[in-house]
This record gives sequence, C-alpha cells and structure tokens, in this order.
Amino acid sequence: MSPAARFFRWVKDHLVLVLGLLVLVYMFVPIAVVVLMSFNDPGKSKNVYAFRSFTWNNWLHPCHSAGMCHAVGVSVGIGVLATAAATAIGTMAAFGLVRHEFAGRSIANTVIFLPMASPEIVMGSSLLALFIAAHQGGHLGVWTIFIAHVMFCLSFVVVTVKARLSGLDDNLEQAAMDLYANERETFWRITFPLVLPGILGAALLSFSLSFDDFIITNLNAGQTTTFPMFVYGAAQRGVPMQVNVVGTVMFLIAITVVLGNTIYNRIQTKALATR
Amino acid sequence: MSQGSSEGSRSLHLSQLTKEFANFTAVKSLDLDVPHGSFFALLGPSGCGKTTTLRMVAGLETPTSGTIRIGDTDITYAKPYQRPVNTVFQSYALFPHLDIYENVAFGLRRRRSSEVHRQVNDMLALVELTSQARKKPAQLSGGQQQRVALARALINRPDVLLLDEPLGALDLKLRRAMQLELKRIQTEVGLTFIHVTHDQEEAMTMADTIAVMNAGVIEQMGAPNDLYENPKTTFVANFLGQSNLIAGKVLGPDGDFAKVNMHGVTVSIPTSRAHASGSDGWIGIRPEKVLIAGVGEEIDAPGNHLDGGIVTDVSFVGVSTQYMVRMPWGQELQVFEQNTGRRRLFAKGETVDLSWRPEYAFLLDASQDVNAGIEED
Repeated sequence: MSPAARFFRWVKDHLVLVLGLLVLVYMFVPIAVVVLMSFNDPGKSKNVYAFRSFTWNNWLHPCHSAGMCHAVGVSVGIGVLATAAATAIGTMAAFGLVRHEFAGRSIANTVIFLPMASPEIVMGSSLLALFIAAHQGGHLGVWTIFIAHVMFCLSFVVVTVKARLSGLDDNLEQAAMDLYANERETFWRITFPLVLPGILGAALLSFSLSFDDFIITNLNAGQTTTFPMFVYGAAQRGVPMQVNVVGTVMFLIAITVVLGNTIYNRIQTKALATR
Repeated sequence: MSQGSSEGSRSLHLSQLTKEFANFTAVKSLDLDVPHGSFFALLGPSGCGKTTTLRMVAGLETPTSGTIRIGDTDITYAKPYQRPVNTVFQSYALFPHLDIYENVAFGLRRRRSSEVHRQVNDMLALVELTSQARKKPAQLSGGQQQRVALARALINRPDVLLLDEPLGALDLKLRRAMQLELKRIQTEVGLTFIHVTHDQEEAMTMADTIAVMNAGVIEQMGAPNDLYENPKTTFVANFLGQSNLIAGKVLGPDGDFAKVNMHGVTVSIPTSRAHASGSDGWIGIRPEKVLIAGVGEEIDAPGNHLDGGIVTDVSFVGVSTQYMVRMPWGQELQVFEQNTGRRRLFAKGETVDLSWRPEYAFLLDASQDVNAGIEED
C-alpha cells in the first residue's frame, strides 16, 4: 500500500476524529495568531498585521502604548463591579423564579430572556435615549457603562443559576431540615454549596461578557474608553502589539480556570479511588 | 433526645389527622397509635395517603387539622428540625457534596453533639460501610447508599424513624437482604420504625403491625397474620395476597359459625371472621386454603365441599401449582397447591372437586367492591 493510500485509509477509519480536530483547528487558529503576534516586533513598518521578527519587548513593556493599560484597567474595574452586581441580583432573582409560586411567574421567566434575544444595538441606543431623557447625557461614563453591563449580564446569570437550581433535588433540603438543620443552616450548608458552581459559572460568563462588550458600551461611554473601544480606535491607525499581549493573558486566564477545575476534579477522583 | 424517659411517653399518636390539598383529601381524620419500639408498616397503593401521613409526622407537610403527638408533646406544627423524628427518604437524598462520613455526622453536628467521631464510626460499622467513609455518595452502589441513608437517620436515635419506601430502588435480591437487615437493626436499636410501602410482602416480612391504607383512611390494622387470615374488607382481602370472593346469602348463625348459602351449597364461616352486616355477603377463601381432588377422590381435610369444577388453566410454578377452576355458577376460582409430590397434577379440562376447612373462610360485606385492592400491573 502506498503511503498516500495508507493515509486516506487512516482518515476514513478515523473520520469523526479528523473532523473534530479540524473544527478545533478552525476555532483556535485566531487565538494562535494572537499569541504569535504578541511576540512580533513591527519595527518601523506600518503593517502591524504581518510577523516581522521575534521580540520579548511587548511582554516586557505591556504599558508602552499610551492609554491601553488605562483602558484595560477601566474594563477590568467595570467587569468586576458589573459581575458582582449582576451575579448577586441575578442569583436572588433565580431563587425567586424557581422557588416561589407567584402570579406572573411564567411571564417573568419569558421576560428575563428578552435582553439575551434582543440586538445589542437596540439595547444600547435605547439605553442612551433613556440616559439622555433622564438628563444624564452629560454624565456618561463609568457608571452608565456599569448600569448597562449589569443590565445585559443579568439575564445570563438568571438563566445559568436557574438551570442549576432547577436540577437541585428538593429532598436534599428537606433531608437537611429533617436532620436538625434550621433554615439558615440548610441554606448555607446544603443549598448554597450545591448551587455555587452555577453561580461561579454565571460570574465568569458575566465578566467575559462585560469585558468584551463594545456596542452597548460605546453608545453609553461618554469620554471613557474601555479596552474594546481602545482596540477599535487603535485599529484605524494600527493596533499596538501590546493588545496581543492582553489577548494572550486573557486567554491564559480562561484556560487556567477551565483546566484548573478539570485537574482538581481528576485529582480528587483519583485520590478517592486509591484510598 | 428523650432517652431515659419511660417507654410509653415516646410513642406516637395521631388523632383526627387530616390533609386536604387543592382538589382532593389525601388523609381523612386518621387516628393512629404506634407504641414505642414497634416496627409499624403503613401499607397501601400509591395515592392512598400513606406518604402524606409520613410527611406530616416528619414535619414536611402541615396538616389541615388534627394533632400529632409524641408522648405528651404536641408536635403538629413543630418545624422538621424541632422534632425527634428522622426520615429515610425514598430517593435517599444523600448530600452529594459531602462524603459518607459527613453525611452520617450531619445530624449530630447540627445538634452540637459530643463524641461525633466515635458515634459516626460505630454507626458506619453497624451498616458495614467503614471502608467507604471518605467516598462521595455518587461513588457507592444503590444498596450502599440505602445503608448510608439509614445510618444518617439512625445515628440521631430519634423517637420515631420514618422509612419512605426505602427499598423501592433496589433489585429483588438486594431488597430481600435489606429487609432482614432492617429488621435486625430495628431489633438491635429498639426504636420505633414506621415503614411506608406499597409492597405487601415487604410489609408482612418486616412489620409487627400493619395498617392497610386506602383512599386516605386506614382500612384495617393488625399483626400481619391476622390481617392476612381475617381481612375485614374486600380491599384488604385483595391487596394483601389474593382471595377468591364468592357471592353468598347469609342463612343465620349456627353455634360459633354462620351458615351461608353459596350458589346452592351451604358453607359455614366462623362468626369471628364474619364481617357482613346485611343478608348478602362475599365469602372469601385464600387460594392456598382451597384443596383440589378428582371427582369422588377423598380430600385430605374435608369441610365445605364443592363439586362440578372444571380446570381451565394450570400453571406449574415449581414450588406450587396454580389452577383456575370454573365453578358451575360460572366464576373461576384460584387454587394453589403445594408440590409435595404426593398428589398428581390435574390437566386442563378435567372435572374436579374443591374443598376447604370452614375455619379458613371469611365473610365480607356485599356492599363492598369485589375488585377493590386488586393491583393492575
């Protein structure tokens, strides 16, 4: 059999694997480019989208580009605040929607989905109209961005926490009460730890939604510049290479969180198996 | 909790207990006294109100009216965590994020009990799970999870332990083993067990008293063999084992027996087993109490004698043979015969005589539904 024939034979036998790998490649090529470009030294070249030569400079001087680090700081700050607020409000809303029967519950459940479904440009412009109508047009900035981000993160938090909460067996709380735990102890020892993964997931999702939002933010930002707005503005003149450093760091953080969780679970399972 | 108090003061009393839901009444004016230390079974089909009764005792459901007392303490409206009652849930409801040790220790820790470590270890030893202490519930088999659920409740030494279909999720072999195990543990710890089940065999194997529930009320209560031998309603006769119920007209008393005309044959029934108020009644006889013989052959234990039966179905089960015999009045009766090897098998279509000892029959009120309590599966 010729090597080519052998190769095609192997592909045929592992079709699903091959297709899966191709999909992964498709998904990760852009990220690979970002990582690669974070080591690019464009020199005097105007073309910042071509790799010229390798350098550590971008990593050693991430704040070299004026305004970029400030924009990252603004984005992280808003992200953290919006995440905290949206997660707290959304988690409580999810408990209310799952645990309490009230008139209009099914309507509330539908309405909560709407911000996820409506186009960002519509939400962003209507929010701007609202701020102006409330005579806040001159005060656009971090706080209007914060309000906007909490608004669109909320539905994601509610949906994520609700899914976790609906999957929770009522009997567990009843069993805890049966075993002498009062309402407070039942919540903190049983309900909360079991819903926590859902809450953490919701928080991560909120942060990344907030961090990279452009459309709604741009409409309500006033003079404030967030990281996505900085990149958008810089892209017209040529993006500073440090943007790729920020991108790579964000990617590394995300992958650490995901892998860290998986590895932790693996270790726990293994430790139990060998006990 | 109330250790050291006298036995009588820890027994459970339900009086006029009622639970109404939006569109039906689950439990109707239930009165029940469960003495301390007994293994008590609430037996009935699904929807009969047995689980609702259990949940009211546990405090997971608030009664519409009536009272629940343990000894002299009224616990009708006490919170679940304020009553000396623990539950083994049907789904076990083990805490998935806690290991076996912490699951078992949960109740003790909530009550700030001393010597948690020793008590948990003793309890894990009792249910033979010492080696599994640091595993999570999901890593155990169904039978092991069941024992954790039991240990988690038992360790609190409640005045009353409630078991909600605790063996329902186990396969048959494991269920048999666990039935004996539960009975052993109950005898060992001497607590009151209230066991809710729809499995009559399970109830009879384990309980010393069974209350048969139907449609929110207790139909009959007593020791397993009393209920089985002397059912007072058609529901109990059919739900607990199987019964042949034959229409008859009461002729009148004759000493300790009541004479009943059963399709032209006069049969006698002990007055202690006659529960018909009017002139009509259902004559009941358990299939294994009916003896079968060829025409004219002698029957071991002569009693009420019926002839002219035709065998319509034979199923050979191994330990026994089950016959269906059509009687001259058209009804088919069930006959179970033990395969002792001394008697021959009868073939389909053969004409046979049936007989039973008068003392084994019972008489039920004709106003009751003859098919009540027959489970369709």
